[in-house]
Amino acid sequence: MSIFKKLFGKKSSIGSAVEKKEEVKIEATVDSETKIEEDKEIKHKAMSEKIKFTIDGKECLADKGQNVLDAALDNGVYIPFLCHVRGVKQAGSCRVCNVKVAGRTMTACTTPVAPGMEVENETAELTDLRKAIIEALFVEGNHFCPACEKSGNCELQALAYKFEMMVPRFPYEFPQKAIDADNDKIMIERNRCILCKRCVRSFQDDQGRSYFAFNKRGHELEIKIDQEVAANLTDEKAQEIMDTCPVGALLKKEKGFDEPIGTRKFDKTPIGCDNI
Amino acid sequence: MSKPIVATTSLAGCFGCHMSVLDIDDRILKLIDLVEFNKSPIDDIKTFTKQCDIGLIEGGCCNSENVHVLQDFRKNCKILVSVGECAIMGGLPAMRNGIPVEECIQEAYLDGPTVGNNTDKVLPNDEELPMILDRVYPCHEVVKIDYHLPGCPPRADLIWEALVALVTGDEMKLPYEVVKFD
Repeated sequence: MSIFKKLFGKKSSIGSAVEKKEEVKIEATVDSETKIEEDKEIKHKAMSEKIKFTIDGKECLADKGQNVLDAALDNGVYIPFLCHVRGVKQAGSCRVCNVKVAGRTMTACTTPVAPGMEVENETAELTDLRKAIIEALFVEGNHFCPACEKSGNCELQALAYKFEMMVPRFPYEFPQKAIDADNDKIMIERNRCILCKRCVRSFQDDQGRSYFAFNKRGHELEIKIDQEVAANLTDEKAQEIMDTCPVGALLKKEKGFDEPIGTRKFDKTPIGCDNI
Repeated sequence: MSKPIVATTSLAGCFGCHMSVLDIDDRILKLIDLVEFNKSPIDDIKTFTKQCDIGLIEGGCCNSENVHVLQDFRKNCKILVSVGECAIMGGLPAMRNGIPVEECIQEAYLDGPTVGNNTDKVLPNDEELPMILDRVYPCHEVVKIDYHLPGCPPRADLIWEALVALVTGDEMKLPYEVVKFD
């Protein structure tokens, strides 16, 4: 009898649980339906709230609050950049995405689109300004492309190709930089670092602590890895970090050269909208 | 009309750029029709015997002899072309830049793992030997350079296109795949 009671009791408890679950499910479906409708409304509103602006005379549409650089890419217009990562807070540190609006130069990544904005992108003046920045980055570090693991996949190099840089106009600085190979997965080759801050802004652990940080100041400014936070880096994460670095400053250890010349990202196709 | 005269040299380089000149394959026959070679390791003429039109420079300047040769080229050539990464930015030899010369010599002749039987700890110090510079200099920081052809080595097609453009006076074609830094 007691066993039967127990069984019965259990049964009944199971039954009520199932009922409860069903109730929850029904509520959930009602919720999601209303959400979809709300989303549709928001999307509809957003569509109607698209901002019109032009880049070199081409009519473009942007979402409210979107920056010029992302909006340009969405409209199939390439504005060269080095420090920007989509979805990550902008830094405006490389200045390569400089555009001209109403006679003033400003970085496209930190400038929100305004209605009727007329953006100048591919002008002789801006191209030379961007080329000068690329050349300055080349002389400020020790960028010896033939010995770099990232050569062919490097965005700095790809931009130099794009601007047909044959030689920098500035004298080479040959600075002294220290290499940091203490971490098990990532090596920091500071000779190639352009201080774009992509790694600092892009990579945090599950507690929101950054793997990388800036160390020292001014001319001595350098990138540093937090050994405690980065102690358990996975191979996948290390690869992601290496791929995010625009140059060959952050290298996944034990990788080296694995792509033959001619098959790398920028060997045959110039950097642009299709292969950023 | 006499043919344009070309001179070439390798300063602090590895002769890879000269190899790339030879890598133009059968076009080398056209090249011989097109130009005449003067001072160059290709024909082994050691000193300039006449004024040249084009000088191709491989390698940067790492010692006093390199500077002397480069200045000699500037005097004897109408147009100087830096060929390759070493001529343009110092290249591999420039990795010693920033390290004091004393330390470099010490490592090369006394402490290095490949130093064999230098038991007397002799440092090369003959007056015949050129003096090593404080750092490796790109060619355009020593003399005026007119054109630069990047690459390690520059693609044979790039060297060919540049030479033909210089000789014929036509505009140079720069296809994307041909201008590379590695």
